[in-house]
Amino acid sequence: MRAPDRKVWSKLVFDKLVDADVSLFSYVPDFGNTDIIKMADEHNETQTVLLTSEEEGIAICAGADLVGQRSVVCMQSSGVGNCPNYLSLVKGGRFPILMIVTMRGDYGEENHWQYPMGQAVAPILEAMGVLVIQVDREDELEHATEAAISAAYTGGQGVALVLSQKFLGAKAF
Amino acid sequence: MSTINRTDLLPNIVPKPNDFLIISGLAGASKDTAGLTDDGSNLFTMAGAMGSTVAMGLGVALAAPKQAVLSVSGDGELMMGIGSLATVASMMPVNYTIICIDNGMHAETGGQLGHTSRRTNLAVMADGAGIPSILEIDSPNQFLEATSFITDAPGPRFLWARVNTDPPTAYKRDFNLAVRRQIFRTAFLEDKKID
Repeated sequence: MRAPDRKVWSKLVFDKLVDADVSLFSYVPDFGNTDIIKMADEHNETQTVLLTSEEEGIAICAGADLVGQRSVVCMQSSGVGNCPNYLSLVKGGRFPILMIVTMRGDYGEENHWQYPMGQAVAPILEAMGVLVIQVDREDELEHATEAAISAAYTGGQGVALVLSQKFLGAKAF
Repeated sequence: MSTINRTDLLPNIVPKPNDFLIISGLAGASKDTAGLTDDGSNLFTMAGAMGSTVAMGLGVALAAPKQAVLSVSGDGELMMGIGSLATVASMMPVNYTIICIDNGMHAETGGQLGHTSRRTNLAVMADGAGIPSILEIDSPNQFLEATSFITDAPGPRFLWARVNTDPPTAYKRDFNLAVRRQIFRTAFLEDKKID
């Protein structure tokens, strides 16, 4: 199966986030979020924050929310494992947090190391009260992105937009 | 050995707490900030998510660049999120000050000695991370210097306040973070409307 063009789908996601007034994009670099972050770097009204570790992005989203701004955090699935304790802010404080998680360790993965954390992404997020919206097919992306934005910023939820390897394509080794 | 009694620290070096939006980390740091502001609406205190204070303050500072933002954490918490100093330095928010109240131990869990009582130098770590302004204090004689550092030194700033091992401010703050989020947000957004 052909993987969708990353530049094209990244632009769709980025444009929807900007339309929803998201101004702060924090991230740990991943192949999957490269273009979203590049667009956020180049856009006049958005700012990117390079994180040391993914959980910082959860706290940054919460801090931005305290002063009425919208923020997302982009990470590879392995980074979800760094986040649970900081996600207390979501479950206990009802901070609306939007995570964009690009998957490793699921459909078609060839790296042994990626499977343990990849398979734990959904259970960990669910355990910490974060709603998981998963995209497996290109035609699901637009509505899923809209649903994630609504759930976070209108519905006041912690949400993860999870882009699976069925959608992204698996990394070749 | 520090000659600063920790309950004297914040009232002396932050004489106008209402000029700041304040995020403070779990345990003693938040007892001290809650005492300072009477658990005010410009303060969000934590009692969990250890390590997150510096990053959360960064989020506030980036999202509200015209506001002076202060984060206050203990040495144990700061070490747990130490990478955030690099994240702050990369962004260079000039409106952001980080205060570490360092008693050299995990007082909340029984006083177990921490890294700063052994070999760790937080000023060197902050400098290595790229924070432009750093001040270390361990005497009340430096309170005046610290006060002007917080407002006048080129931001972002890191104040390493070494204190003695006395208990933190006796203050019972509100632990309901969902309620405190609302109080902080509402106060800030209402305030902005008046401007």
